[in-house]
Amino acid sequence: MAAVQDAPVEADNEKEIKTETLNDAAGNHASAAGGVIPSPPVASTSSSGPAKAGGPGSEEQQTLMAVLQFLKKNNFVGAVDVLRREAGILEDSDESQGQELAASALGGAEAGDATCTLSRASSCTTSTPAVAAAPAKGAGEHCSTLSAAFGKRKESGEDQPDVNVVLSAYSQQGDPALYQGYYSGLKKFVESVLDCHRAELSQLFYPLFVHMYLELVYNNHETEAKAFFEKFSGDQECYYQDDLRVLSGLTKKEHMKGNETLLDFRTSKFVLRISRDSYQLLKRHLQERQNNQIWNIIQEHLYIDIFDGMPRSKSQIDSMSGSLAGEAKREANKAKVFYGLLKEPEIDVPLDDEDEEGENEEGKPKKKKPKKDSMGSKSKKQDPNAPQQNRIPLPELKDSDKLDKIMYMKEATKRIRLGPESLPSICFYTFLNAYQGLTAVDFTDDSSLIAGGFADSTVRVWSVTPKKLRSVKSAADLNLIDKESDDVLERIMDEKSASESKILYGHSGPVYGVSFSPDRNYLLSCSEDGTVRLWSLQTFTCLVGYKGHNYPVWDTQFSPYGYYFISGGHDRVARLWATDHYQPLRMFAGHLADITCTQFHPNSNYVATGSADRTVRLWDILNGNCVRIFTGHKGPIHSLAFSPNGKYLASGATDGRVLLWDIGHGLMIGELKGHTDTVYSLKFSRDGEILASGSMDNTVRLWDSIKAFDDIETDDFTAATGHIHLPENSQELLLGTYMTKSTPVIHLHFTRRNLLLAAGAYNP
Amino acid sequence: MADREERRFAEVPRESIRLMAESAGVELSDDVAALLTEDVCYRLREATQNSSQFMRHAKRRKLTVEDFNRALRWSNVEAVCGYGAQDTLPFRPIKEGDLFFVEDREVNLVELALATNIPKGCAETMVRVQVSYLDGKGNLEPQGTVPSAVQTLSDDLLKYYQQITRSILGEDPHLMKVALLDLQSNSKIAALLPYFVYVISGVKSVSHDLEQLNRLLHMVKSLVQNPYLYLGSYVRSLVSSVMYCILEPLAASINPLNDHWTLRDYAALLLSHIFWTHGDLVSGLYHQILLSLQKVLSDPVRPLCSHYGAVVGLHALGWKAVERVLYPHLPAYWANLQAVLDDYSVSNAQVKADGHKVYGAILVAVERLLKMKALSLSVNAEGGIGGLPRPGGIMGCRESSPGLSPPPEPLSEPGLGIASHLHAGGAGCPWEDWTPVPLPAMYCELYSFFGDSLAVRFSTGPSLGNSPPAPLAQPPTTRKELPGGTANLDTARKMPQLTANLNISPRQDGSPHGEQGGGVGSAGASQSLARSSSSSSVQRSRSSSSRPGQRPSGLSRDVFPKARFNPLPAGPPIFSFVIGGRQMGRRCQGRRFQTTFTPSQPLSAVSSRTYAHKLPVIGRVGKPVRRWTCSQYSLHLPL
Repeated sequence: MAAVQDAPVEADNEKEIKTETLNDAAGNHASAAGGVIPSPPVASTSSSGPAKAGGPGSEEQQTLMAVLQFLKKNNFVGAVDVLRREAGILEDSDESQGQELAASALGGAEAGDATCTLSRASSCTTSTPAVAAAPAKGAGEHCSTLSAAFGKRKESGEDQPDVNVVLSAYSQQGDPALYQGYYSGLKKFVESVLDCHRAELSQLFYPLFVHMYLELVYNNHETEAKAFFEKFSGDQECYYQDDLRVLSGLTKKEHMKGNETLLDFRTSKFVLRISRDSYQLLKRHLQERQNNQIWNIIQEHLYIDIFDGMPRSKSQIDSMSGSLAGEAKREANKAKVFYGLLKEPEIDVPLDDEDEEGENEEGKPKKKKPKKDSMGSKSKKQDPNAPQQNRIPLPELKDSDKLDKIMYMKEATKRIRLGPESLPSICFYTFLNAYQGLTAVDFTDDSSLIAGGFADSTVRVWSVTPKKLRSVKSAADLNLIDKESDDVLERIMDEKSASESKILYGHSGPVYGVSFSPDRNYLLSCSEDGTVRLWSLQTFTCLVGYKGHNYPVWDTQFSPYGYYFISGGHDRVARLWATDHYQPLRMFAGHLADITCTQFHPNSNYVATGSADRTVRLWDILNGNCVRIFTGHKGPIHSLAFSPNGKYLASGATDGRVLLWDIGHGLMIGELKGHTDTVYSLKFSRDGEILASGSMDNTVRLWDSIKAFDDIETDDFTAATGHIHLPENSQELLLGTYMTKSTPVIHLHFTRRNLLLAAGAYNP
Repeated sequence: MADREERRFAEVPRESIRLMAESAGVELSDDVAALLTEDVCYRLREATQNSSQFMRHAKRRKLTVEDFNRALRWSNVEAVCGYGAQDTLPFRPIKEGDLFFVEDREVNLVELALATNIPKGCAETMVRVQVSYLDGKGNLEPQGTVPSAVQTLSDDLLKYYQQITRSILGEDPHLMKVALLDLQSNSKIAALLPYFVYVISGVKSVSHDLEQLNRLLHMVKSLVQNPYLYLGSYVRSLVSSVMYCILEPLAASINPLNDHWTLRDYAALLLSHIFWTHGDLVSGLYHQILLSLQKVLSDPVRPLCSHYGAVVGLHALGWKAVERVLYPHLPAYWANLQAVLDDYSVSNAQVKADGHKVYGAILVAVERLLKMKALSLSVNAEGGIGGLPRPGGIMGCRESSPGLSPPPEPLSEPGLGIASHLHAGGAGCPWEDWTPVPLPAMYCELYSFFGDSLAVRFSTGPSLGNSPPAPLAQPPTTRKELPGGTANLDTARKMPQLTANLNISPRQDGSPHGEQGGGVGSAGASQSLARSSSSSSVQRSRSSSSRPGQRPSGLSRDVFPKARFNPLPAGPPIFSFVIGGRQMGRRCQGRRFQTTFTPSQPLSAVSSRTYAHKLPVIGRVGKPVRRWTCSQYSLHLPL
């Protein structure tokens, strides 16, 4: 951004924006904490600190200092020490080295002995499960590593000063009577400019409107505020209706305290992308008119991301806007993402013998062939876009995992090639008599088990194969069995406990998310009670309750390689956990509203989170950075799906639209319109040819994802600017719509042979 | 942008706040109340907005009290208790004054606690599978069939289902009877209906087995008669199964020894029964049935047994159907039939026999058509007499008809409105331009085909048509019960039977006998032929016995026209006989029927009815039947 702003006229502006960067980071921090804990010292130190220093390195120093101060002030001696130590290392190495260090430290971790250096930080903290938010930027990866060490201050009584700090920005005021004039003056101006600029400048309306309204309210001009709202709220884009509704209810200064939406507006800068020409037009206009009020708001609450080139069209703008805080800054999506898949581990042949001794002679050559076919392309040469194999330490494969891999490959050879000409059959699992309210569903990868989370706090597991669910015998009985026998694995199972379904009790609130581990030994569930629980599917008991989110946890997801899992909830923070650590390894803060859904990247190096702030963020697990921010949804996002090759991401929201994203370029590449209600589930077929979406509107829709990805023309310009022309081809891409019988579709799953499974509760 | 709609919120009036404060013992001044009101409204809105996220994550569309309470709890406000029930709360006004309240009944806990009838817990949550098979193009495969997985039924039902199907399709006739009876009266089998329908749709897979087909049809009948079952759209499926039995060239009919005719008759009867009792469940059903029957009838490629099915189907659906579909088709069809009947080659014998079946069926159908038409005309003519007594003959006939429940076919029909069905038929329907043929014309035409085989007689003179005589008042001129061979005839039967006159000619006789004065002669053959041929020593032959049918209804066996053989030691006997009739210039002779027998088989072992089809039986043969479950007769339809 700074690179673009080189005009001498805007020298001071540039400075302004520089500080804004910092400001924004702090803002993110504060907002992430907004609903949870306020942390004004950080915000104030970093924003009022000597921010003029140039260069990212020194900025980082500043932030570190600020964090240290903050920690000292709050008597976190241990954390201070750790941070000092880390900072000491970092002082004599530049940033990249630091990263390497971190990476090597990670790589060195042996997953075999079940320790993970990712959790270094957690070892030195003794505080209660942290809810502290890590600054997403500025302090960067080091701080987020540390974030778990941040103690959590007591919340009580600190809400008020914090909000006052935040709101004090509104104290400067002009004449309330003139606000309407200012706004309509700007409106007239925008209407008078050339068509090509009008669309861009129209983006200003909404943030200006919000901030002017809030200023009026803050300064107790209730009637003026109401009149202002009456007059101009209708001009705003319809996709801001939800926020406007919140605003319209807010007419008193007292109401502003504790209103989360308001804090979002205040603490984050609304990001606009405007072409240089349009921007200069605006600036000239405001200078001519001496319209300081608006200029102040622009300076203070808006972040204008200026680009060179053609102004964007209305449809281009519309497709990208809609999020709570405007569009993503361009540099937010510049980081490199290793979206390729990891190399599949070689599976030694002897295992085949064990597996099926009977067909040794004929079986062997047969089995080898498909292996070469299916893996040859992947394993022979490393995907250039793939992360290093040990970038994130992954658990070693156990024998049973290898067996499962073999099963997987066998099944994969029988897989049906899908395409527009051959659509998958759909098998719908209806939950009957689910009066207690079905809230979440998951299938195991091999489609043998189905789990449901219910609003009555229970988790139920069903076997969908004739094989019944059995638990392991009790310890006393286990002592009796012959441990040397060949069928010991069979003998440890308690036949008496065999049943088609098991109920898991433990949560004390509705279960909003369930997820099976890839090896089918564990089940995760997250609940309104703020915990994530890990259940054993051998004993059908709860093993661990992970406490960290102090607010409802909306979603949780196992990594495709097991061991790690991600959770996200009302506290706006996504947490990365390892099953054997009771505290999170990473905390991803930055969303401006609840995190509603989470998803692991197929290579387990990234996680995507969807939020009620209408953005999707992609986080790097290694360093905790937010590497992508996708804006364009007009409602809270409730479903995410990565394509099997890791290149694309699909997201579905309450507005019924599904958006497709290219992760590598950070671009929106498709919009699938058709659903009329919230899209609660998305899934790519095993080979990625078909995208299935399930919705509250009782339909399953199938989309031609290959065509959607191919149709996009990505020349260098669009790739560079991110200004994409979306083809209006939803209808061509829609391959089929299948109605259920009054059953909202809340989960979709492709079996290994590409049969589509869907699940939902009958809702008469 | 254009969305300028004003957002209004529910507001709590100031008075309410003050009232509540008073009830808590606080007196509020005006401005305090105003401030409080505003704050209360805001907080309510806030809580509502917060609660909506709980709704969204619970994947519901309905905001519940529970959601709201959660939002309150998370903002450290006490939850509201007592409104957790799922059902809606009645919101009532009080007559005096503008007061509204939520009804809050007192619950007697003691009564609840000591209650003896403990309510059962709701059914267990379970997962059920439904598969939508997609073909390559993404179209759903037809959904009518039910997945064979019966796993979701309760154990009891499952057991019941197994028992019932096993006993119906099993060997034991007694068990079958019991099962059918239960199926007819059991009130708790609604959940099984789809499965039974599915089983019945298996007719296509057992088309080689008459017995099974019969049993499945009985199952249909039981289901249809069960007063507790709402068949709904399953009617369509049932009808298609029944239609299959009526129309399809079943695998069983390849073997001439199989009496598939009876099956078709039975199925036709069933069809009319389903239609009259459940026809209203599926709109346009009548129309569809007629269309498919017509299609079969007009398709010369179809085998004769299909045509036969179409004719009896139409007959079963009522005389209107016959009038609209069969009658207009008759001239065209007649040519085909005639060709079959005129072919005397040995290889054609089987087909010819089938042809006679069709001929007989048509004859019966048109007879009734004539009768009913005449009746309806007379009823219309006597329209002044309200609720005129139905002619006793018809009533008697209907009551005595051996069907279990004869379809309540309206005589002077528009009551049920077949006609409206027909008129409602879309464009392109063949009967759109259909105009009713006046009775005399119809009679003349039919007479040209059938001659005096027609039992219903009208004068064809020019004076006819002004007031056609009520047919029942006029006894059929030629009336003769067809011989039942070993069978007794139902004495109560009063319906007009066509007259048959049988010539049994020795084989050397190629030329038809008995052109007895053009009028009376008609030939019938009886099952007894089979018997007599089996025991050729008994020679009962009544050549050209023309008994002008003034016989009283109670006919005994010996007065039947019997076949008579000349004992011819060599070669199979050949029957040939003529149905006399004026062919209106088309043919000066009567219709001649001829057939050949090969008595070489061990006939005595075969029951008589097996041979029924071999003979050009017109009308009915076999025993009198009280239960129509008995398949001993064919073509018996209540008139």
